[in-house]
Amino acid sequence: MSKLGRFETMTPLTDHETRPRTLAEKLWDEHCIRDLGDGVDLILIDRVLLHERTGAVALKSLEAAGRPVLAPHQAFCTMDHVVDTFPGRGDRTLMPTGGAFITATREAALSAGIELFDLGDDRQGIVHVISPEQGIVAPGLTLVCPDSHTCTQGAFGALAWGIGSTETEHALATSTVRARRPEPMLIAVHGRLEAGVTAKDLALHIIAALSVSGARGRLIEFAGEAISALDLDGRQTLCNMAAELAAFSAIIAPDEMVFNYLRGRPFAPSGADWDRAETRWRTLASDAGAAFAHTAAFEAAAVSPMVTWGVSPQHAIAVDGVVPSYDQLTRREAREAYDRALGYMDLAPGAPLTSLAIDAAFIGSCTNSRIGDLRRAARLLDGRKVAPGVRAICVPGSSSVKRQAEAEGLDRIFQAAGFEWRESGCSMCFFAGGESFGLRERVISTTNRNFESRQGPQTRTHLASPETVAASALAGRIADPRPIPARAG
Amino acid sequence: MEPFTVLTAVAAPLVRDNIDTDAIIPSREMKTVAKSGLAQGLFAGWRYREIGSREPDPSFVLNDAAYAGARILLGGVNFGCGSSREHAVWALADFGFRAIIAKSFSPIFQANCVRNGVAPIELGAEAVDRLARAVAADPARRPVTVDMIACTIAVADAEALPFAIDPQARRMLIEALDAIDLTLELEPEIAAFRERDRKARPWVYL
Repeated sequence: MSKLGRFETMTPLTDHETRPRTLAEKLWDEHCIRDLGDGVDLILIDRVLLHERTGAVALKSLEAAGRPVLAPHQAFCTMDHVVDTFPGRGDRTLMPTGGAFITATREAALSAGIELFDLGDDRQGIVHVISPEQGIVAPGLTLVCPDSHTCTQGAFGALAWGIGSTETEHALATSTVRARRPEPMLIAVHGRLEAGVTAKDLALHIIAALSVSGARGRLIEFAGEAISALDLDGRQTLCNMAAELAAFSAIIAPDEMVFNYLRGRPFAPSGADWDRAETRWRTLASDAGAAFAHTAAFEAAAVSPMVTWGVSPQHAIAVDGVVPSYDQLTRREAREAYDRALGYMDLAPGAPLTSLAIDAAFIGSCTNSRIGDLRRAARLLDGRKVAPGVRAICVPGSSSVKRQAEAEGLDRIFQAAGFEWRESGCSMCFFAGGESFGLRERVISTTNRNFESRQGPQTRTHLASPETVAASALAGRIADPRPIPARAG
Repeated sequence: MEPFTVLTAVAAPLVRDNIDTDAIIPSREMKTVAKSGLAQGLFAGWRYREIGSREPDPSFVLNDAAYAGARILLGGVNFGCGSSREHAVWALADFGFRAIIAKSFSPIFQANCVRNGVAPIELGAEAVDRLARAVAADPARRPVTVDMIACTIAVADAEALPFAIDPQARRMLIEALDAIDLTLELEPEIAAFRERDRKARPWVYL
């Protein structure tokens, strides 16, 4: 009998092993060290990821308390949140104190013995983009990071969730977190997305239907034909946006696509370990008959390219739609909130989205900055020009994505079209590096949050897919990406 | 951390749904590599007349003299959604808030509150709206009492409302417990679990 089998027989059979369970429940049970009472479990954490916005705070606070990092080789740190993305960047940022975050994190990571993907390192990038690139995330792992979009990595069949800074200290010091078992939720998506409709559109469609608190505290499993048909970039985009449902996290059962992607990655298992790992990963799926406390189902064919009109991701409508009146809202909210959103965005009900002129277009962020996102945008931009007066920026999600794009000539397509081509980082998804869009500028963006002033002071953000952002940049106003044919070849 | 038992204080109503952590503290206000000194940035986008300025916008509740010294904040649905930035809780605590009473919380924010001795208390939507109205009549003379021992909330001399809170969060708040200290007591059990797990899943242990 294998060691694996012995381990399993050592554990007394409980209710967990005798009833059908969801994938997330199995991973939770497998990582549960003990029941702490009151429904709280002590959960083993396999990977901790850090970035420079909270990395230094957490590590220095641990050091001050005399608490060492228990498993430094299972922790990784990158520079993404505060760094700027201008070519030739260094430790200094537009934000006067930005450099302090970078240097403090560097010192703290080195002192703790944590692998750091520093500026200038060709592995640097947005934490959720580089983790799979480096093979840090893998199916069945528990992974935490002080970032709400950690759920992105559920696309690889991992239990990955965002936590606060103090919780991160806890994870570093003890390789565990104390957490209440989240309720499982199944979101099934039947059929296939139509051409020109992407995972981002699907995510916005789901959020518009369920609301930004629609999966609050739940662990979503995405399943169905449309999900299996998504490539890994698309699955990551979809899981990423689970943060905008206030979900605990999201997961997709791993398949061949995941195994093929991870094979040979620097921190992925190798040799005999790989074989054992893969054998185990192939068993990772929800049991037939597993009960989900909550379910929702969607038809992929009903999804259009989506764009937000307001200040919440749930304010998403089809790109060919009009700004809704209060009575047409898909999700009820207070009249005051609706009026505030309209006022902030400077919109009138009934206005077609495609009538709105834009000041800027942004492609980047942990939502939509992977090579597939860039390729799809580049197909629309190839041989065309951004409309006069529109500032267009592309920020690859990692240094590796940037190199790959450059090897394929995508940088030349973006730049010839009039896009700025940047170094990787979170960039203007928020205020990274102290850079932001201008006062009251209207921006169409592949990011995840259209909150008030998120991308700059009074900046008006419209969320959309890379295709819709590219098409809008060309048109100088919000545009449906579908009518523009891709150039052959 | 200070134990949270019974708090009587002015409560400020900001009962909007989906108040996100970017609104609680914008990125541009997170200037130091520290957990303190963030009070100035609290609700900066709503509290000041212009971005970057410090001139109070008189229409914002925390600039209303009637709510001076508020230590309790009333919120709507999904309070603290968005970014996991714990700076949101640090800024609230730095400003003086010890309790947030809301219709519901975003989970990461709620956990961050407990870790910092700030009580996140969920009440029904109607109860929060009633509380906000009761307070607004005369905020200074109608302070709110949060009794964590009895799990009740009362306004001035009105009858106390019961609330439900995660028992573990309640104990952590009342006893000002540090979760890391508690977990470190379980270190031998964690070590044994990891040792067994290492044999089952060696590839996890780098």
